[in-house]
Amino acid sequence: MKRLLAITAAAGLALLTACTAGTEVSPTKIEASPTSHDPVTIEFWHGFSADNELKAFADTLAGFKQKYPWITVNATKAIQDDQILQAVRGGNPPDVALSFTTDSVAQFCKANIFQDLNPYLAASKIQADTLFPKVIAEYTQYQGKRCVMPMLADTYGLYYNKKLMKGNQPPKTLTELAELTKKLTVKDAQGNIKVAGFVPTSQMYENAPLHTGVMVGAKWTNPDGTSAVGSDPQWKKLMTWQKELTDALGYDKLEKFRKSFGDEWSADNPFNKGKVAMAIDGEWRNAMLAADAPEVDYGTAPMPVADDQPERYGAGFIAGTVIGIPRGAKHAEAAWELVKYLTTDTDALVTLSNAIRNVPSTLPALQSPKLKKDPNFQTFLDIFANPNSTTLPAHINSVFNQQTLSEAQIKWEAGRAPDLNALLAEVDKTINEKLKLTAGG
Amino acid sequence: MPSRNKRERRRANLRALLYLSPWLIGFSVFFLYPLLSTVYFSFQRYDLFTLEPVGLLNYKYFLQDEAAWTSIKNTLWLVVVMVPLRVLFGLGVSQLVTKLKSGQGIFRTIFYLPSLVPLVAGTLGFVFLLNPGTGPVQAILGAVGIHSPDWFGDPAWSKWGLTLLSLWSVGDLMVIFMAALLDVPKQLYEAASLDGATAWQQFTRITLPVIRPVLMFATVTGVIQTLQYFTQAMVAARVASGATDSAGSVFTPGYPDQSTLTFPEWLFQQGFRDFAMGYACVLALVLFVVSMIFTLILLRQFRGFAEEEA
Repeated sequence: MKRLLAITAAAGLALLTACTAGTEVSPTKIEASPTSHDPVTIEFWHGFSADNELKAFADTLAGFKQKYPWITVNATKAIQDDQILQAVRGGNPPDVALSFTTDSVAQFCKANIFQDLNPYLAASKIQADTLFPKVIAEYTQYQGKRCVMPMLADTYGLYYNKKLMKGNQPPKTLTELAELTKKLTVKDAQGNIKVAGFVPTSQMYENAPLHTGVMVGAKWTNPDGTSAVGSDPQWKKLMTWQKELTDALGYDKLEKFRKSFGDEWSADNPFNKGKVAMAIDGEWRNAMLAADAPEVDYGTAPMPVADDQPERYGAGFIAGTVIGIPRGAKHAEAAWELVKYLTTDTDALVTLSNAIRNVPSTLPALQSPKLKKDPNFQTFLDIFANPNSTTLPAHINSVFNQQTLSEAQIKWEAGRAPDLNALLAEVDKTINEKLKLTAGG
Repeated sequence: MPSRNKRERRRANLRALLYLSPWLIGFSVFFLYPLLSTVYFSFQRYDLFTLEPVGLLNYKYFLQDEAAWTSIKNTLWLVVVMVPLRVLFGLGVSQLVTKLKSGQGIFRTIFYLPSLVPLVAGTLGFVFLLNPGTGPVQAILGAVGIHSPDWFGDPAWSKWGLTLLSLWSVGDLMVIFMAALLDVPKQLYEAASLDGATAWQQFTRITLPVIRPVLMFATVTGVIQTLQYFTQAMVAARVASGATDSAGSVFTPGYPDQSTLTFPEWLFQQGFRDFAMGYACVLALVLFVVSMIFTLILLRQFRGFAEEEA
């Protein structure tokens, strides 16, 4: 029986070795221009699912078919990153895949989950540095490898309900925002919040540190990838401001109020319902307000900035949707034509932008006369073009870093962590240890 | 003669191997290979796509990973508090239901129904019921002047919230206990009554010894299930945090303040969210060893029962 077990163990080890071998990827060879126009069908996975988004996509793909009649695109909707990863691991990936988040770009590039697009760009003579705003380059490449391209962008600003603002202008500094919040907040006899001027806690829908950090110009990481959260005084400034305003309104009252909100993506969003006078949100809210709450009279403005940084007013956070060619794609060259079309073709980007009200991600598309503009949407186009606008550069532990800071913020706001310096030092330690684990840095 | 014996022995061995082969194949493919892979990957930096040997790095990281230790403490809390409470509550409910003179069927159905609800839906509903902003439980208690805690939003109460949820869906245990209770010979109670035994004495001297194997079964399976506790903790934390599924709004399991973070959640997070599969394999091995220890202890207890019975 011992021999039997030994044989079984040896077989298991042999199988294991066989299964884990061959994870290296050979470099991509690209022809200057595909010569074959043989009919080809490519698989395209994307995460869009709303009716207006699907219609916009269908219109855009119809434009692609006109330009490349030999390529048929078989699009699959509502795909999440997990499904893309599983398909790549299983050796049966789509030819083109789209991801809603830029958080995984470093991982996508490092592990060759998506192919390096630099050879494709070179073969197509596309100068990415001049086609896209500089900030986009930071979230579409990692360590010199551009494995995804930007397809539309998201920018964040301040929405304000004109009626609830009672004649006040949108705030430009954090002090103005705090004063206005206290002034506009309405409570009942028991002290419960009925209408909030602004919900300052990081747990409010789009108040994640990723978005609010821009208000003070806070840094996430040092050039070597280690955490800058504890050493950058701007985080402390932001969190102190948030805590003071939270305490002024009452953490428990704010939490009770926040937990009465409807789903962020539904018509019950508290801004749609007139429950908050000011809220941080992305440019997409314009389309949602038009569809779900056309009666709301609102305006948009850049997010307020720290009092000692007035020159940064007008900047905001930028991220967006990314698209690429997964490792093992069967029709890589036809796939590149679609990626190129969706990310660099001005008409395609403008069609999509006009339909789903995202910011077009190339400089020519931003200037296109066909791009529908109104004052509320223009705010986000201006934020996108602002040189002080920032993004979260691709980082191997992007999600973990955000989670670690988010957890610390919640503890701090709730009053469960009395020493902010110690808390942020702990954030640094946790992030840096994780970096050693995943990247050896 | 010796060579003939040898031949016969070999033939007998081959026959045994043939009979054992279905089990051997299943054991190798579904247990041995995954176990060996897990050990192998635990010495690698493995992001699900690329491998890099890192020696003991993953093990060293585990020793200083505070979140992992928090998740171990939380999981042990649930094992020590939630499992016994569930068993006791299940036993109490089944005792009550079996003693009912009328309406037994209705109460049995009422208590059993929650355990039929899918885990995600049940947890969602439960957290919404206790929501401090819109939940009816809070509103009713508030109307009669009782201040109810924020069950899933306050780290001091969140594990108790999960425990309440587990008591609500105690129907599975109730059914098993009812079967065991109805199986206790009636004449034992009659004889005890004639001897003047009180209800408590009857319960401790007759009921408990007779249903002890069933109680042990419920405890063993409860412990093993709780060591793998995942879905309810994940869903409750997600709903309570109000985190949305959008870019930039990251959700951290264990909300609030990692108070509901269980070991399997942290393992999943490391392997499939942070792509640290090598480290996740270390966590998986720890879970495997702990589960084995618990199972062995409980199996020894079982053997003790069997010997007693004999």
